[in-house]
Amino acid sequence: MSRVHVTCTINGDPAEFLCDGGQTLLDALRDEVGLTGAKEGCGTGDCGACSIVMDGRLLCSCLVLAPEADGRNISTVEGMATGDDLHPLQQCFLEGAALQCGVCTPGFLVAAKALLDRNPDPTETEIRYGLAGNLCRCTGYDKIVRAVQAAAETINES
Amino acid sequence: MTVTESKPSYKYVGTRPVRHDGLEKVTGRARFAADLNMSGQLHGIVVRSPHAHARIVSIDTSDAEAMDGVKAVITGDDFPAVDPSHRQYDMCINVIARDKVLYEGHAVAAVAASTRDQAQAAAAAVKVEYEVLPAVLTIDQAMAPGAPLLHAHMMTAGANPPAEEPSNISNVTRFSGGELDAGFAEADLVIEREFTTQPVHQGYIEPHACVADTGQDGHTTIWCSSQGHFNVRSSTATLLGWENSRIRVIPAEIGGGFGGKTTIYLEPLAVALSAKAGRPVKMVMTRDEVFRATGPAPGTKLRIKLGVKSDGDLVAGDAYLIYTNGAYAGPGGLLGAMTVFESYKIPNFEIEALDVVINTARSAAYRAPAAPLTAYAMETMLDEIAEELGIDPIDFRIQNAVTEGDPSTMGFPFARIGFVECLEAVRDHPNYKAPLGPNQGRGVAAGYWFNIGESSSATVNLNEDGTATVVTGSPDIGGSRASMALMAAEELGIDVYDIRPVVGDTEAVGFTDVTEGSRATFATGMAVVEACRRMVVELRGRAAKMMGVDVDDIDWMDGQAVYTGSDGEKAPLSVAEITAKAKRTGGPLTATGSLEAHGAGPGFAVHLCDLEVDPETGVVRVVRYTASQDAGTAIHPSYVEGQIQGGVAQGVGWALNEEYIYDSDGVMENPSFLDYRVPVASDLPMIDAIIVEVPNPAHPYGVRGVGETGIVPPIPAVANAIYDATGCRIRDLPMSPIRVLDAITSNGGSNGS
Amino acid sequence: MGYDLMLSAMRYASPTTVAEAVDLLGSDPAARVYAGATDLIPQIRAGRPEPTVMVDLKRIDRLCAIGSNGSTYTVGAAAPTADICGHDGLAADFPGLVEASGLIGSDQIQSRSSWGGNLANASPAADTPPSLIVNDARAVIAGPGGERTVAAADVATGPGQTSLGPGEIIVEFELDQPPARTADAYLRLIPRTEMDIAVVGAAARITLDGDGNVAAAAIALGAVAPTVVRVPDAEAALIGNLPSGEVLGAVEAAAAAATNPIDDKRGTVAYRRQVAGVLARRAVSIAAERAAQQGDQS
Repeated sequence: MSRVHVTCTINGDPAEFLCDGGQTLLDALRDEVGLTGAKEGCGTGDCGACSIVMDGRLLCSCLVLAPEADGRNISTVEGMATGDDLHPLQQCFLEGAALQCGVCTPGFLVAAKALLDRNPDPTETEIRYGLAGNLCRCTGYDKIVRAVQAAAETINES
Repeated sequence: MTVTESKPSYKYVGTRPVRHDGLEKVTGRARFAADLNMSGQLHGIVVRSPHAHARIVSIDTSDAEAMDGVKAVITGDDFPAVDPSHRQYDMCINVIARDKVLYEGHAVAAVAASTRDQAQAAAAAVKVEYEVLPAVLTIDQAMAPGAPLLHAHMMTAGANPPAEEPSNISNVTRFSGGELDAGFAEADLVIEREFTTQPVHQGYIEPHACVADTGQDGHTTIWCSSQGHFNVRSSTATLLGWENSRIRVIPAEIGGGFGGKTTIYLEPLAVALSAKAGRPVKMVMTRDEVFRATGPAPGTKLRIKLGVKSDGDLVAGDAYLIYTNGAYAGPGGLLGAMTVFESYKIPNFEIEALDVVINTARSAAYRAPAAPLTAYAMETMLDEIAEELGIDPIDFRIQNAVTEGDPSTMGFPFARIGFVECLEAVRDHPNYKAPLGPNQGRGVAAGYWFNIGESSSATVNLNEDGTATVVTGSPDIGGSRASMALMAAEELGIDVYDIRPVVGDTEAVGFTDVTEGSRATFATGMAVVEACRRMVVELRGRAAKMMGVDVDDIDWMDGQAVYTGSDGEKAPLSVAEITAKAKRTGGPLTATGSLEAHGAGPGFAVHLCDLEVDPETGVVRVVRYTASQDAGTAIHPSYVEGQIQGGVAQGVGWALNEEYIYDSDGVMENPSFLDYRVPVASDLPMIDAIIVEVPNPAHPYGVRGVGETGIVPPIPAVANAIYDATGCRIRDLPMSPIRVLDAITSNGGSNGS
Repeated sequence: MGYDLMLSAMRYASPTTVAEAVDLLGSDPAARVYAGATDLIPQIRAGRPEPTVMVDLKRIDRLCAIGSNGSTYTVGAAAPTADICGHDGLAADFPGLVEASGLIGSDQIQSRSSWGGNLANASPAADTPPSLIVNDARAVIAGPGGERTVAAADVATGPGQTSLGPGEIIVEFELDQPPARTADAYLRLIPRTEMDIAVVGAAARITLDGDGNVAAAAIALGAVAPTVVRVPDAEAALIGNLPSGEVLGAVEAAAAAATNPIDDKRGTVAYRRQVAGVLARRAVSIAAERAAQQGDQS
């Protein structure tokens, strides 16, 4: 079976890769494109560690078949910082100690950015429900929620 | 907030710098084990047993070996035979089954192929013929007369009189003190309660993963995610029958462990496949495999009887604890026995703890192993007694709490500990008196964990520009690198950001035990301090040479060599100035610290849980949570808070919803994050962490381990709060909506016993 | 123990018209609809089913569109529930159905989940079918024989079983604008606050008359039987009465009695039965309150 040629945009840059028809976008990003920021924590859409944004929609990339990405615009954690400037979420996660082992962090950052893009001034409850698709087993979520609140403030002030 | 005894003022210790490994982790660049790829690597897949208990009649790998892309297939026969008397026998036959499979998911073979698809197809083509045996799935089944035996050779260790027949009871632990009968005779109130709990999983988000590359010279390199790469090396060597020196283990970033990555599963298989195929082999578990085949924490049956005088003094305690460690002997019972009565002065006690084997996955350590369950039993019973006696639950605990000099269960006197301070911190917190709404309840509970020391090594290298690299052998599972850098900064007097903390591989740093027992910041921190102090001696000597003065006249102050002699003024020398001249004063500046750490200070915690129960559905929502814990000294307070908060979240999950569910054949029914319900962000409120600082006298900065204690109190705190809200005592975990509603319905919400 | 199947052997197709999709699905019995795939991909990874072709419906405009002609809404079967939840008209007219839509999984899942997938997947515990049913939603189905329209209630016939024929797909749903003083509500019971499958789900739609009595009622329960269960006895108990007091007690009892649940890893028979009554009663109360508020506003 010949492989599928996918042409898309990843983090603002044109990209193309070959994948299998049944390969997930997560595997394609990690194994074909070499972007390993998105992680596989479950493979069933229950942990959010593989979160990416495709055409403006937050997704678990483990539940997307890679050929579907053809012609799409994909954002991953690797594209969040602008040059040396971290996104406010990244900065607030660092300053607020919102990560311990860090394996869920890329997914949280991508999901939190999608949340703030949609709702720039979320309540604590909105943050908690908005991030309920991302599991963290280290932090108890406290510092993650606070970091998202701090980032929202930073973004809204600027 | 922080409650602190008087302590020295530090420049770096106790501050909150951005962790050194943080940038890589927020940009996606950090390399976890599954992120690594070697050129020419193969993909390894494990063939696992579909049966909970079966004899392996035969394994036919010929079809699999003939398939496209398949480069190696291995079975238990590819590993040296291991005698049941071997110290690591259990670990060896758990990594790959030999004559029997002991649980669903037990590894029986492994294949390596060019692609994962090919490896999966080949794994499915390995033909294993099983003779299915009756499965033993509960403690009662395991202990029933005539129960099928998991291990024909297993004679109960510690039995008195010695066991004459094999059984499923792997060991018995007994501790006692005082006169139990006399103690109960003295009591004005005696209560006895029974509890059951189910296995739960550590639930780290990163599945186990490794890459192994074995060369023609018979040496192998393993990249993997573990809590201890020296243990990966020695355990892998044991399985393969190799010398340790043939194996180098390079630690990848670890995506959570909580005790579950203190043992090994994949590495020996990857090495064996790699050796057979002559290519690097990568193995990554699926979440399904993680649940079925890796370390749950034990399930238990507990029975405890307590006697108390009407003035509130505990006088007698009798505990009968049964732990199931899955299919192998385990330390659950011992650890339960060591923790059950440890926090309170109980002059007359007897403890008997059994470890029982059943046909489920082999237990692994999980954060303060065994202690959350003994705390569940003890702390809910104390709540009951306090209510019966009309004493405030915190005052009741303060009255009975162990303090410095009191004997532990095993007879050793406690050094300075902060239990009472933790109790007072919660009692004095405004949340203890905050108003509760309808259907809300409040529960308080305490927890204890002894913490451990073990072996640690550290190397400090000063770089040419005056910065420093601190290499340790402790994998960083929660921010310990930042703590190492803070202690080194304090010792050397250089900025914390001028220190690069690194986790060295097995060939780059001295032997270091597993990151377990909350020991990294304590024990490895001591090694760092030792190395830094040696470095300061060396720096003073170099400075003396540069100044041409006697080393005794050089002090190390604030990161500078300062001349204190009487021969006039001399400009102080900074680390950078000394390292710049190192070639002329004796060469590179490096120092090591290696030690066996003793005096790990016990950790105590006191938690306050407010929750709301829907009386018509049994659904419980935690609405407020306050947790105090004695950290000794908080080196990096943010990560101490993080450990407390993380422990709370795991404990609340354990209390309310987490459990292994098996069908009648021993097949796990909920091996996914959909049905194995760890708490999500919306399940929890903010968690108010109160750091209590009662310095540990055995550590140069007063550190006590903080990683584990925080998971001990949540289960009883939740249970006590549910009682406060509903009038129902629930003594079986998890306290799921079904169980809570059942209790409310059958008790009418009025009868707690 | 599931092994991933040979994903490399699977083909991906992305038709842009309903006809193409029907053709692809009708010509290969092992072809599968690939819409949100939030259930399908985990199922494939667990080793069942083993499709040859995945037919992506999300590039067919009609399947993703949400529109209204003033009296009837048309909602594409693959329209993401995130879009449904963001649609002001639907949220105002069908608050319960929109709530049910928003309960399907996380924000990540919301980008992919759809009414069509939720219904055609035929899980007894699906969140939106009870709400679709109390709102008399119709499913427009396309297949090799052309298009047909059926009641949403008639699509699922058992766990994982539907009345869809070979090559048939749900194209869109039709929902008539509700009459005055009408509102719906949906409640579900899950152990956590998010990310769970319903242990019990209850949808209610209530129409009030000018006096605040119930003029029309529809109640449907999920996860308590092989398919969604309507509760005619509860509906009858409500008609002509104020939705309060003893009447609500009758709703609760009738709902519990209408269930035919199973014991499984997510719930017990007794629990599901008891909680179905509770949720039905609460859903009726919420729907009636909303309907009354509409009356106040008009």
